[in-house]
Amino acid sequence: MSIQTLFYIAGRLIKGLLVLFVIAIFNFFLIRAAPGDPAKVMAGEAGAADEVFLQQLREQFGLDQPLYYQLWVYISNLVQFDMGQTYRQQMPVFDLIMDRLPATLLLTGTAFVLSLGLGVLVGVIAASNHRKWIDSAISVAALVFYATPLFWLALMAVLLFSVFLGWLPAFGMETVGANYTGWDRVVDIAEHLVLPAMTLGLFFTAVYARMTRTSMIETGRADFVKTAKAKGMSPARVTFRHTLRNALLPVVTLAGLQAGQMIGGAVLTETVFAWPGIGRLMFEALFQRDYNLLLGVFFISSAMVVLFNLVTDIIYCLVDPRIELTK
Amino acid sequence: MSILRKLSTNKVALFGLIVLVFLVLVAIFGPYLYETSPWKMVNRPFLPPMENTDLMLGTDTMGRDVLAGLVYGARISLLVGLISTMIALLIGVPLGATAGYFGGWIDEALMRFTEIFQTVPSFALAIVIVAIFEPSVYSITIAIALVSWPPVARLVRGEFLALRNQEYVLAARLNGQTNRNIILREILPNTLSPIIVMASLMVATAILLESALSFLGLGDPEIMSWGYMIGAARTVIRQAWWLSFFPGVAIAITVLALNLVGEGLNEALNPKLSGKRES
Repeated sequence: MSIQTLFYIAGRLIKGLLVLFVIAIFNFFLIRAAPGDPAKVMAGEAGAADEVFLQQLREQFGLDQPLYYQLWVYISNLVQFDMGQTYRQQMPVFDLIMDRLPATLLLTGTAFVLSLGLGVLVGVIAASNHRKWIDSAISVAALVFYATPLFWLALMAVLLFSVFLGWLPAFGMETVGANYTGWDRVVDIAEHLVLPAMTLGLFFTAVYARMTRTSMIETGRADFVKTAKAKGMSPARVTFRHTLRNALLPVVTLAGLQAGQMIGGAVLTETVFAWPGIGRLMFEALFQRDYNLLLGVFFISSAMVVLFNLVTDIIYCLVDPRIELTK
Repeated sequence: MSILRKLSTNKVALFGLIVLVFLVLVAIFGPYLYETSPWKMVNRPFLPPMENTDLMLGTDTMGRDVLAGLVYGARISLLVGLISTMIALLIGVPLGATAGYFGGWIDEALMRFTEIFQTVPSFALAIVIVAIFEPSVYSITIAIALVSWPPVARLVRGEFLALRNQEYVLAARLNGQTNRNIILREILPNTLSPIIVMASLMVATAILLESALSFLGLGDPEIMSWGYMIGAARTVIRQAWWLSFFPGVAIAITVLALNLVGEGLNEALNPKLSGKRES
């Protein structure tokens, strides 16, 4: 690794931290811009009647102190991963989120791999049959999935595969009370994962398929592809060795940028399927009007996106030497 | 209008346009023609569709007319979609134009700012804003606008960067025209077509966002909306499929129509970019 690469990665890291800092400041002012006593806003509906809890919040966040001091307290707490307590669960917000994070990572990770793989495959099929019926069929299907609300798709999947056909479980991540261990537990979780990952993945499959198709068609016009065809290379080899390799880069770049969208999708999918991740936690926080928890989930999910972008940046710069390091 | 004529030769886009016009008519006149209030209990709860000719789409968990909900919900969907897009344009266009026209550190600063908004998970941000400022049509519209402007800013910036050194702009500068005049009168009119295309697609995304917020219970409690109907029916999906099915179809048709019109506009206005040229 050259010194230039190290500088590049350090620069990206600083930029990511800066974004998180801005989000923290945004969170801070959002609570204080809301109408009413900030302690009551943070405590939410359930905790607002409990004077002891309110006093605890006021002390922890220094709510009776001047604003700059409050900001200082807020940021220094945050740096130590202290986001306060939730009223309902009587648990630190940070611990609760970390408890739920693995489930979300499993769901979004599966959906991401599934949609990228399937989307690229479908996009390649459409592009190599440009302007034939299969291309039109794929384009129409992608348009329809693109227009369908994700939460509705999730509900319809429950209705079809769980209620009518009875093939797959519709709620939760594990069978309640079964207490499976080892391999049985893996199979059980996998069965619960199918529907949420499919619904979350299908929407993004549509997005990636459209991008791959456009990118493939554009790359297909490049001179090196014409050369490859002219020297008599088989069409399949041209498609996979020449066109796809070069068409993939913009698709993967855009896919990386969509990480934030994946989080939004996870909130909806997890709500429908009662998947115990941070998206479901966000819905619960809304339902209980626990705004401190809500902002905590928002902050951590932003941090996940920043981290994901950082990792993809680093992978790129190691894999593709053409990427400008100065940017 | 030549745009309309071009659009009308594209069958798919024309279909989208017809559906869209129908939806707009329902949104404007529907509540006057179909007078049953979507909040009123009109029959027994959980009445399946097609059983009562007065209530073709059945009733919900509280005996309210599902069809009335669909008719009244069209207005809020289209209105929120349209107005939030307009606000997003009002933020994104000036920002992108300033960044692209002046370049240098102004560009750098504005684009860093835009980047932060693009990194933040947009739906989560919208949820947080609406929840903290209490759900209402206003907070929903503002929240959607606040998460949708960054792509506009980037698009407009790119266009301005490409156009600012064109001969007609240099001529205007030599003429002694003010920067404001050059931006508004010389460059902006030439960037309108991609902005129009993007705006039509943004209305579709905004409608999806609004429905998702209402689905999570963040809709305006005073107004019947499609997302709210699905959210309220979520827990009874096993007993009453029609309660979530029909509003979802309404959302999908609306969004699809807007996307078709958007793509049609794209082909009519930017023939070079549409990918349909070539051999």
